[in-house]
Amino acid sequence: MSNYELTKQAVEEVLSLYPDKARKNRETHITVKDEECSSCALKSNVKSVPGVMTARGCAYAGSKGVVWGPVKDMIHLSHGPVGCGYYSWSTRRNLAEGTVGVDNFVPFQFTSDFQENDIVYGGDKKLERRLREIAQLFPAAKGISIQSECPVGLIGDDIESVARRLNKELELPIIPVRCEGFRGISQSLGHHIANDSIRDHVLGKVQREEIGPYDIGLIGDYNIGGDAWATKMLLQEIGLKVQNIWTGDSTLEMLQTGNQVTLNLIHCYRSINYIVRHMEETYGVPWMEVNFFGPAKIKESLIKIAERFDQTIQDKVQQVLDKYEPLMNKVIETYRPRLEGKKVMLYVGGLRPRHLIGAYEDLGMEVIGTGYEFAHGDDYERTFDQVDTGTVIYDDLTAVELEKLVERLHPDLVGSGIKEKYVMEKMGLPFRQMHSWDYSGPYHGYEGFPIFARDMDMAVNSPTWKLVQNPWHR
Amino acid sequence: MRQVAIYGKGGIGKSTTTQNTVSALAEMGKKVTIVGCDPKADSTRLILHSKAQTTVMDLARERGSVEDLELHEVLVEGYAGIRCAESGGPEPGVGCAGRGVITAINFLEENGAYTADTDYVFYDVLGDVVCGGFAMPIRENKAQEIYIVTSGEMMAMYAANNIAKGILKYATTGSVRLGGLICNSRKVDKEYELIEELAKRLNTRMIHFLPRDNEVQRAELRKMTVIEYNPKHPQADEYRSLAQKIDQNTNMTIPTPMNMDELEELLMAYGIMEE
Repeated sequence: MSNYELTKQAVEEVLSLYPDKARKNRETHITVKDEECSSCALKSNVKSVPGVMTARGCAYAGSKGVVWGPVKDMIHLSHGPVGCGYYSWSTRRNLAEGTVGVDNFVPFQFTSDFQENDIVYGGDKKLERRLREIAQLFPAAKGISIQSECPVGLIGDDIESVARRLNKELELPIIPVRCEGFRGISQSLGHHIANDSIRDHVLGKVQREEIGPYDIGLIGDYNIGGDAWATKMLLQEIGLKVQNIWTGDSTLEMLQTGNQVTLNLIHCYRSINYIVRHMEETYGVPWMEVNFFGPAKIKESLIKIAERFDQTIQDKVQQVLDKYEPLMNKVIETYRPRLEGKKVMLYVGGLRPRHLIGAYEDLGMEVIGTGYEFAHGDDYERTFDQVDTGTVIYDDLTAVELEKLVERLHPDLVGSGIKEKYVMEKMGLPFRQMHSWDYSGPYHGYEGFPIFARDMDMAVNSPTWKLVQNPWHR
Repeated sequence: MRQVAIYGKGGIGKSTTTQNTVSALAEMGKKVTIVGCDPKADSTRLILHSKAQTTVMDLARERGSVEDLELHEVLVEGYAGIRCAESGGPEPGVGCAGRGVITAINFLEENGAYTADTDYVFYDVLGDVVCGGFAMPIRENKAQEIYIVTSGEMMAMYAANNIAKGILKYATTGSVRLGGLICNSRKVDKEYELIEELAKRLNTRMIHFLPRDNEVQRAELRKMTVIEYNPKHPQADEYRSLAQKIDQNTNMTIPTPMNMDELEELLMAYGIMEE
């Protein structure tokens, strides 16, 4: 049987575990790429099947955790009962430089800590008090975002008018964000809501003196394990001036002046394309998608970027390629023999299910399955041409589907999140967290690739796995 | 102990009817508690002769949480030994009054407000059952019997039908039943017949027809029930009669609410809608 047929059969076996109704729904979310790509379509961005273990998050997670959280010189207030704030405290490895408590509040967590009385009588007065306290305790904070938790929307608090009033009183930007967790069907709507709040309350509010020809914005890089720093270094080396990073290690000012660049480079399309499109439509700022994982994709991206600029940049890109490619070839020479032909399955979030494929291929590894928790149709469109025939693509994969697919497809490495990690490791499978890079990183740029290669080798070839047996080998 | 909830359209006279009926029950020697489930907190004014009662939620807010309250601070005795509590809650347009009702009722239950010698608990609930909180009194282990106050006016009947829908929902999952309709007359044409027919359609009966009498308003102005203000007045006897009927009522049913067309048909049949 061909790869395609084997995978098809594995998918069929997994789906057969479900009762008819659930199966009918789930089978539209999983597809195996065939020769002509006639199977290159699947359903996405719809409600999860009730009763399954989905890995998805909520709108609050999308806004507070992803888009707003990394903006370091602002305070992001988790508005509602304490749980959402506490359990989203430092869960994302978006690193930030600065003096903690002065121009860097990323390690902190602020909550309005709703009690029963705040539900019954409304939380607006408490919100006012919290905003004043924040301004008093942390006078250096450049602004405050109010991240709504579910109850705020349920009881109809008017956080917008509180924000307007306190904005005047405290002379501080205060941004109300209606990212109540019950809105939408995944964290994806939270990204959109956060984008819209930046558009409505922040973007274009500060004017820079002048816009240089090489001023660019690096958008959708959240500086996981230092990714944005690695990317920024690379972009600077080709002669560009990274004025804004959104939102890894970023400042309020970077959001305010986001429209004052000549080009926006976008990495995580899913979480931030809305505002990038807005900047294009309203301010005429063009944008392009790039991929800084692995030397092949980096090269492709750098050449694409160079085409947008003059000879100076084009020359520098060539110099950078000449400088780094031999170095990267050394990395590949070291790791490729150890990783050649190893099979990988990915299940991650916004961009990595497609962006990482090239980096694995640089190491001679093969991605046999990939998919997203909360992607939309346009993400899958961008994925199918990155994978080979016989690759299984899945949307909103459930816990049982992942487990059973892994059992049947026998990957040598699984890359997913904390919820999946220990299940896979108990199955005797090498695993890497591809949301957080475990405790490692960066993986972006020429700085990141050697670390990426080392980490994958460390996982796949760890002697640990010789001591435990895969269930299917037993 | 019987737990009774009174529902009906806003302004139909639920609080007045409840307090007068409860006074009549107290006259009969019954031990009764009234729990006002309305942020306006005006369900016990005629029993306590004032509105300025400390409500459960308002005191909880002042103290920090409901755990900081003592029962005697929010449960006070008024006319004829009737015990009164008000849930309280936010001013209109803010917060979640329904959650306040839930918290207040749980507090009263958990802290032993319903003593063994209690014969009746009456829940006087805000006009429209707008959210889950206001359905609290009819959920499991709370009120088992409901009376709907209505009149022959279209919107009052519409509200009664809606409330029946709510009761039906909880009747199938719990033990709550409809005890009857109380017609608080607005002197609408053929009102008696109309409400009798409405009751029949809803699979219940009109337990009592209260005629309109200004003595009720005169008593209210003095912050009293008619029973207390003018016990010899015929209207006082009307409330005594209603209290008797409730006390002896065994006719508890699962309601059969109508759809809008059926309700309009009913109104046409009794000559209220012209066409």
